[in-house]
Amino acid sequence: MLRNIIVLLKIVPKPEEVVFNPETKTVDRSKARNEINEADKNALELALKLKEKYGGKVITLSMGPPIWDKYIRLGVAMGADDAILVSDRALAGSDTLPTSLTLATAIKKIGDYDIILCGEESSDGGTGQVPPGIGGWLDIPHVTYVSDIVEISQDGWATVKRTIKGGHELVKIKLPFIAAVELGSNKPRFPDFRRKRWAEREFQLKIWSLQDLGLEPDKVGFKGSKTIVSELEEVKPAERRKEVLSGDLDELARKLYEILKENI
Amino acid sequence: MEDIWVFIEQDDGELEGSSLEVLSKARELGEKYGYMVSGVLFGSDVKKLVEEAGRYGADRIIYVDDENLRIYNAEVYAKAMVELARRYNPNTILFSATRNGRDLAGRVAIPFNSGLLAHVISLDFDEEGRLTGRVPGFGGSIAAIVKCIDSRPQLATVTPGVFEAKTFDRECKYVEEKLEVDLTPDKYLVISREKSPVKDISKSEKVVVAGQGTGGELDIVYELAKLLNADVGVTRPLADRGLAPRDIQIGSTGVNLKSKLVIVLGASGAPHFVSGIKDCDLVISINKDADAPIKEHSDYFVVADIFKVVPKLLELLRGGGDA
Ligand SMILES: Cc1cc2nc3c(=O)[nH]c(=O)nc-3n(C[C@H](O)[C@H](O)[C@H](O)COP(=O)(O)OP(=O)(O)OC[C@H]3O[C@@H](n4cnc5c(N)ncnc54)[C@H](O)[C@@H]3O)c2cc1C
Ligand SMILES: Nc1ncnc2c1ncn2[C@@H]1O[C@H](COP(=O)(O)O)[C@@H](O)[C@H]1O
Repeated sequence: MLRNIIVLLKIVPKPEEVVFNPETKTVDRSKARNEINEADKNALELALKLKEKYGGKVITLSMGPPIWDKYIRLGVAMGADDAILVSDRALAGSDTLPTSLTLATAIKKIGDYDIILCGEESSDGGTGQVPPGIGGWLDIPHVTYVSDIVEISQDGWATVKRTIKGGHELVKIKLPFIAAVELGSNKPRFPDFRRKRWAEREFQLKIWSLQDLGLEPDKVGFKGSKTIVSELEEVKPAERRKEVLSGDLDELARKLYEILKENI
Repeated sequence: MEDIWVFIEQDDGELEGSSLEVLSKARELGEKYGYMVSGVLFGSDVKKLVEEAGRYGADRIIYVDDENLRIYNAEVYAKAMVELARRYNPNTILFSATRNGRDLAGRVAIPFNSGLLAHVISLDFDEEGRLTGRVPGFGGSIAAIVKCIDSRPQLATVTPGVFEAKTFDRECKYVEEKLEVDLTPDKYLVISREKSPVKDISKSEKVVVAGQGTGGELDIVYELAKLLNADVGVTRPLADRGLAPRDIQIGSTGVNLKSKLVIVLGASGAPHFVSGIKDCDLVISINKDADAPIKEHSDYFVVADIFKVVPKLLELLRGGGDA
C-alpha cells in the first residue's frame, strides 16, 4: 500500500481571457475565469488511478491566495481525499525558487509521502521549473514529461514513461520521487454530482500560513526571489491581412489554388 | 576572466542543434562584455562531438567523458553540472529550453540558490552585469522582462529557434574534466527507449497544420502536404491523442514555425497555438466557424468545411488546375 500521494494544484486564469493593459503595462486577470491548471488535472487523474491500484491517500497542495479555495474544491470533488492551501501575504512576488521551497516545506509537513505529482508546466507562468526545484529542496529524485506511471513494485521503485525527442523512454525511479506529468496525457474524470456538492459545501480546506510551515518571511516572496520582473510587454501578433473568403466551394477551391500558385 | 557557460546537449552521440544556437549567442555576448565563453558537454566517447561543438563560438569546451553520461539522466547530469560549476564558478550558465535543458536547469538552480530565467526569447546583461531576458507567458501573448539578481551562477533556458547557430573561425581549447562524484545512477535509471528519427520542422518552408477540426483523419492533410511539397504539423490535442508525434506539434509547448507558408486546417486559434505560427510569412486557414479566433491570425481565412473544400483543392493541384 502506498503512503501519501501529493498532487500540486495551481489555479490559473484561462489564457485567452487575460488582457494586457498597454498603458499601465500590467496584466488584468480580474476578468478572466480561473481553472485548475490543465496539466495539474492530468497529474490528479494519474494520482487517483494510482490510488485505485496501489492504495494510499491523495492530498492536493496549492500555494496561492484564499480565492483559490473554490477551485481547489474541484480537485476534492474529482476524488482527492484532502486539500491544503498555503496562503500568506508574505508569499506575494515569489519566483520559482521560493515557490518550490515553500511547496517543498509544506510537503515535508504533510509527511509520509511516496509520490508527488505535478503538472509539466503551468499555463500562465509556464516555466516547468518548480518540479525539479522541489526535487532539489527535498533531495529526492525528480522526473519530468511523464505520460504514465507504468508500475510501482514492492521493492520501492516505480517505472515511468517519459517523453523524449522522437519518442519515449522508461525510467526506473526510487520512491519517494516527484514527477511532472505531461499535459494531455490522460482524460481527467468529471466529479459526480453528490461528491461535488459535498466538496463545495462541507469539505474543510486546510489553510497553512508561513508560520505554520516555520518559514522565515525573508526566504520567500520578493525578498526570497532571485529574479525580478522589470517590465511587461505585449507580444504583438503579426500583422495579417485577415481576408475572409467564403461562398461557393468550387470558387473557394479555385481561389485557394490561385493563392497557393502565387506563393509557392 | 569571468565565464559564460553553455550546456551543450547531446543524446547518444547526436548533438542538439538548439544548444549550438545558444552557444553562438553566448559568443556575441562574450564579445560585447568581455566574458570568456565555454561549452560544457557531457557524454560518452565524445571526442568528435566536442570538436564539432567547438566550431560554434566557444573559447573552450569543458567535457566529461563517462559511460553514465551517454544519454540524459536527470540525477547524474545534475550531479555532474553542480560539481563542475562549484569547481569553476561560472558567472552564467545557459541551457537550451529543451525538455532535458529545462529539467537540468531547474534542478541545478537549487543548490546555488540561483535566479533562473525561463525559456527566454531575448538575452542580454544589464549595466550591472545582471542576466536579463524576455520571458513569454500566457501562451506567448505577453512577455516579461526579467533579471537575475544577487546570484552566481545566473541561469537561463533559451527558447529553441530564436537565435541562429553560427560557426566561427577561431581557436577553441578542449578541456577534459574528471569528476570526484560517483556518476553511477543511484535512484534514476533509464531502462529502455523507443525513438524514431525526428523531422525538424522548425525550419520548414511550407507546413500544413492539422487541428482537431480534421477529426484526426490526417489522410487529406498528408496528401495536401505532399502535393505542395510541405511538411505536416499538428495542434496539441492531436499529439495528446497519439495521432502524431509530439515533435511535430506546433505552439508554445511545441515547435515555433518560421515558414514562408502555413496552411492551418481546423484549428481554433488558441493563444498557446498561435504563438507557434506568428513568425510565418503567409498564413492561410480553413475553418467552418466564421468566428474562430484563428481568423485574426490569418492572411486568408477560408470559411468552409475542410472535408468539402480540401478535396476540391487537391483535384486542382493534381490536375494542374486548368482542367
Ligand atoms: C499550458 C498549455 C500549453 C499548450 N500548448 C499548446 C501548443 O503548444 N500547441 C497547441 O496547439 N495547443 C496548445 N495548448 C492547447 C490550446 O490551448 C488549445 O486547446 C489547442 O490549440 C486547440 O487545438 P485545435 O485548435 O486543434 O482544437 P479546437 O480548439 O477544438 O478547434 C477545432 C477547430 O476546428 C474547427 N472545425 C471543426 N470541424 C471542422 C471542419 N470539418 N472543417 C473546418 N473546420 C472545422 C472548429 O470550428 C474549431 O475552430 C496548450 C494548452 C495549455 C494549457
Ligand atoms: N503556486 C503553486 N501551487 C501549487 N502548485 C504549483 C504552484 N506553482 C507551480 N506548481 C506546480 O508545478 C507545476 C509546474 O509549474 P511551473 O514550474 O510554474 O511551470 C505546475 O503544473 C503545478 O503542478
